[in-house]
Amino acid sequence: MTTSAQENDTSAIVAFKDVKIGFDEGDVLRGVSFEVAQRETLVLLGETGTGKTLTLKLAAGLLRPSQGTIEVFGEEVSAMGEKELLGYRRKLGFVFQEGALFDSLTVGENVAYPLREDRLSEDEIGKRVEDALRFVELEHTGEMLPSELSGGMRRRVSIARILATRPPMVLYDSPTAGLDPVTAQTIITLILRLRDVFGVTAMIATHRLQDGFGLANFRFDPESRRVLRLKGPGDAAARNDEPATRFVVYRDGRIYFEGAPEELAESKDAYLQRFLASI
Amino acid sequence: MGTVLTDAFKHLVADVQDYSEMAGRALLNLASGPRYFQDILDQMDDIGVGSLPIVLMAGFFIGAVMVLQTGSQFTRFGQTALTGDVVSIALVRELGPTLTGILVAGRSASGIASVLGSMVVTEQVDAMRAMGTDPSRKLVTPRVLAGILMLPLLTALNDFVGLLGGCVASVFSLRLNAVEFWTRAINALDFADIMQGMMKPIVYGFILATVGCYKGLTVRGGTQGVGRATTQAVVVASVMIIGADLFLTKLALYLGDKIF
Repeated sequence: MTTSAQENDTSAIVAFKDVKIGFDEGDVLRGVSFEVAQRETLVLLGETGTGKTLTLKLAAGLLRPSQGTIEVFGEEVSAMGEKELLGYRRKLGFVFQEGALFDSLTVGENVAYPLREDRLSEDEIGKRVEDALRFVELEHTGEMLPSELSGGMRRRVSIARILATRPPMVLYDSPTAGLDPVTAQTIITLILRLRDVFGVTAMIATHRLQDGFGLANFRFDPESRRVLRLKGPGDAAARNDEPATRFVVYRDGRIYFEGAPEELAESKDAYLQRFLASI
Repeated sequence: MGTVLTDAFKHLVADVQDYSEMAGRALLNLASGPRYFQDILDQMDDIGVGSLPIVLMAGFFIGAVMVLQTGSQFTRFGQTALTGDVVSIALVRELGPTLTGILVAGRSASGIASVLGSMVVTEQVDAMRAMGTDPSRKLVTPRVLAGILMLPLLTALNDFVGLLGGCVASVFSLRLNAVEFWTRAINALDFADIMQGMMKPIVYGFILATVGCYKGLTVRGGTQGVGRATTQAVVVASVMIIGADLFLTKLALYLGDKIF
């Protein structure tokens, strides 16, 4: 999925600069700026309605900012026309909150959908669908309809659908919302695997703090196929080759906190402490 | 009060603008790829074959009713033989296309609005866009093309079955000869009638598909919104079809006089 050159490149592949967006009810994002580096995972936290999902939709070019610029892969997404955006979005993966599977297509057809759009051969499509469904451990569901699956399975299929196109960056919109803790952990493990096996850069909007810390403190080891705890922040040498996770906390349409997981966990800020205790 | 009216008017103008843009793009998409042939065939099957039973049944009965109504008047003048002429012209020019348009609007415009509306509220349309698919090409153009292609065919069948119903009613109720009825019915028609009867459903197909798509893709407010959009799609499409009928009839009569 990623070349060795890409793996070594740590420059920002997402850059939000003073981004604003609002609707009839008023501004939701009021000047947001941040960057995401190659292979980094950015966890977006915030209360409901603070603009986490909007941020992901802006990054994917599904919405346009009323002010500011958004650059992804060095291209200015906010200045692209609809036709350019269609091509740009094929380089991204977007996992929607409820999976957003096409309910009239079978699971296999759902996973094959973006590949058919890319006009791949049926042999190649068949192989990639099988691989993607095996990755999410749902290879037996290919002929089933999405309505026959549980909520957690639908989200796993949704991850398989984006995995089939092998995007270098994936945007996850509340991937564990409404799931029981065990299923939520399965989804987080899948996100870990995508990151650590394929080197995917990710932005995750979530309500669950434990999702963010799960991504920050663990890694998937492809050789032993096990989830391992990352070495602590004191082990500086080890951190160079470990995937970085950063948190951004929104408040009233602005970034209230941006930093490493340990900074967030150790923060004495009253709002952050109250916010962290409430989620 | 003034502000409310101004806002309502602004929304109406914005709606008309968005609808026109969507409808225009649906047609422009035909000029370039990618094209979704399988979706076009699926929609032709849904709008065309799916609407066949209601169109045929309604056509048969309306033809029969026409004969009974006109026949009872002609009987007073001893001119029951003219029934075939009147029913044929009324069906082919007016009732066939408009009835088919309204029936298919009731069935397919609502169906299109509810399917697309459900896709919007479950983020399937956003997912489609996120995967690099243009919903206008994938969802709107196939439905509009299917509407334009299928409505004239359905209308032709409706006309035929209507005349069949008229024939049955005239034989059993007015004691007319079936061959005489058909001969008079066919001879009464000239090319301008056929042109008028086949031009209208093309426009009706376009109206019902674009209105269904527009109402579906602009759904707001979850599942309740889908219900509202479905109802609005049928109402707006039916009213637009009847309104368009007035102008199309005038245009067809003008063209009929000038050209044929």
